Amino acid sequence: MSNMDSFTIAKEREDKNLWRFLLSEMKPKGKIFTPFNIISVPIMILGLVLIIIRFWKGIGSITNLTQEVPWGLWIGFDVVTGVAFAGGAYVLTFMVYILNMKNYHSIVRVTVLNGFLAYVFYAGALLLDLGRPWNVINPIIGNSFGTSSVLFLVAWHFLLYMIAQLIEFSPAIAEWLGARRARKILSSMTIAAVIFGITLSTLHQSGLGALYLMAKDKIHPLWYSEFIPILFFVSSIFAGLSMVIFEGSISHKVFSDQISEKNHQAHTKIIHGLSKICAGAMFAYFFLQVLVFVHGKHWTMLNTTMGYWYLTEMTGFVICPMMLFFFSYRKNNILLIKVASVITMVGIIINRLNVSVIGFKWDAASHYFPTWMEIVVTLAVIFTEIWIFRWVINRMPVLRDSPSWVKNIK
Amino acid sequence: MRIDRRNFFRVLGVTGAALTIGKGTIATPKNENEIEFNGILYDSTRCVGCQTCEYSCAEANQLPEPVDVPEIGVLRKTDESRRTVINGYNTSKGEVYVKRQCMHCNMPACTAACLTQAMHKAKEGPVIWRGEKCMGCRYCMVSCPFDVPKFEYHSPNPKITKCNMCYDRQLEGKLPACVEKCEAEALVFGKRRELIKEARKRIQENPDLYIDHIYGEEEAGGTGFLYLSPVPFEQLGFNTKVQKTSYPELSKGFLYSVPTVFVLWPALLLGIQEATKNNKPKVEENE
Repeated sequence: MSNMDSFTIAKEREDKNLWRFLLSEMKPKGKIFTPFNIISVPIMILGLVLIIIRFWKGIGSITNLTQEVPWGLWIGFDVVTGVAFAGGAYVLTFMVYILNMKNYHSIVRVTVLNGFLAYVFYAGALLLDLGRPWNVINPIIGNSFGTSSVLFLVAWHFLLYMIAQLIEFSPAIAEWLGARRARKILSSMTIAAVIFGITLSTLHQSGLGALYLMAKDKIHPLWYSEFIPILFFVSSIFAGLSMVIFEGSISHKVFSDQISEKNHQAHTKIIHGLSKICAGAMFAYFFLQVLVFVHGKHWTMLNTTMGYWYLTEMTGFVICPMMLFFFSYRKNNILLIKVASVITMVGIIINRLNVSVIGFKWDAASHYFPTWMEIVVTLAVIFTEIWIFRWVINRMPVLRDSPSWVKNIK
Repeated sequence: MRIDRRNFFRVLGVTGAALTIGKGTIATPKNENEIEFNGILYDSTRCVGCQTCEYSCAEANQLPEPVDVPEIGVLRKTDESRRTVINGYNTSKGEVYVKRQCMHCNMPACTAACLTQAMHKAKEGPVIWRGEKCMGCRYCMVSCPFDVPKFEYHSPNPKITKCNMCYDRQLEGKLPACVEKCEAEALVFGKRRELIKEARKRIQENPDLYIDHIYGEEEAGGTGFLYLSPVPFEQLGFNTKVQKTSYPELSKGFLYSVPTVFVLWPALLLGIQEATKNNKPKVEENE
């Protein structure tokens, strides 16, 4: 009884202060004139201006898209590559909640947050690319389900996965707001959200590749095969984990005041473990690529410009980082692991762009190259995401430990 | 409204009656499966490149009149302001003109790609675009093997434009504008099956004039536009790499795997989760 009473009183107090609390949390924390802010703010403002022009004058006014190449940087990089990088969330939740590898628990929240924001912003960037964005609701509300479309599947999965990730992350929000009961309810939903989220991720990571299956005559044969979905899925594992390693090593510098000594030390071990998984996944991926290549019988194509480019991708950005991951795991060299993760990420960008932009209509007379404005808008989207990320990290218990009351209510 | 038992039965009865009667009166004697696709047969041996089809298309669709003329060696393309073009080619049998527009595939890639059913294969045969559904993602353009759908890049309210085989005119019982106006009789409108018969007949009666190939009979799983030519289609700038089966076939395997994954994955994941539940951190230190 007395427990209940104190809870109700606490609840009332919370309600009264909630708005004041939220308002105070809106204010910026920390220094304003940091190098990052000085670079990012002008780009974000310029990006906003360009977005206004885009909605006023049409997509062609700021992009180089053509009738032959209808998808450019905003799809090929923002969506297709960005979602691959967000794959870390489903891999880590799989490891921690399904395989019960509790050693990795301390980085789950930040990874899920990263994944969630990536989906919100990069899938949100999709709205900029839609010619008639006011109809974006059509495939959702059921008046016109295009169920035979891979894009229909991807759109639904984006939406559902964002919800699943929000549920996975929501205990942190509840802890931030001091909502004890809500936290209990929300954290009981985690496992269900995780299982649902992994299933969705499997399907839409591969689905992004399946989008290009019908463009059979348009994509360079070295990058087109009926196995694009599987290749996209397998590569999303190490793409996501490389992002986790990369983002983790930056976060541990920038937000070092947030992280407990214990977690600081654990992080080295985590990176070490992840490098092994990356090496394994990359080996599987490389093996698949070899199989696909041999079955495709494109030997003669290797001796062309695109062939050299293909070999560069395979050796420089798959084999090389794979070996690096493997050896730095054996030698326990954290710096080398970070180098490998950066090379892997560059490789993923190259691979996704090769399928979606560079190898798309590779034989056409004129090639698509993004305008500086497309690049600025992309950067503005990324910077806005980092701003929100920083805002959340500085307020919610993402990198730092949960408040003490969390342990007591268990 | 409260529903008691009597009311419930009354509602049930009325609904049931409405359903049975409704079905009886609305159903038309024609079986929808028996409606054959309409198509257009284009005979490039008859075409003289007069551009009448271009003019009539522009008129029927309220588009600007063509400003340039077909020239040998110059590739004119359809775009957001013209849905059909005539091009001239220098071939082994001399000058040949070819009309280009949407092929109106039997199983169109654009329709399978469309996540809002804005691209729609009408039961009469034309592939039409429905603006109120379209969200402008341009996946139809990515998917179309013939690069047919065009997009208005410079409009804040852009449309996807392409030939719709004059669907509205067809519903009114009229011929497509280009067919109606073609004086050289290079274009014939009719049921696709009949057109293939006609094309075969022409090839048989004049084997020296035509090559023995109807482009569109099998290409991309069959198209509504069918072409006859005096020379191999490579010489006329056709996409001859196009596959014989339909393009939606390519993503079918992936789409069919979706329900399987959706059922099996959660079960598998739950199983693994259950099996590893008692893992002590000590065990994982080996990782």
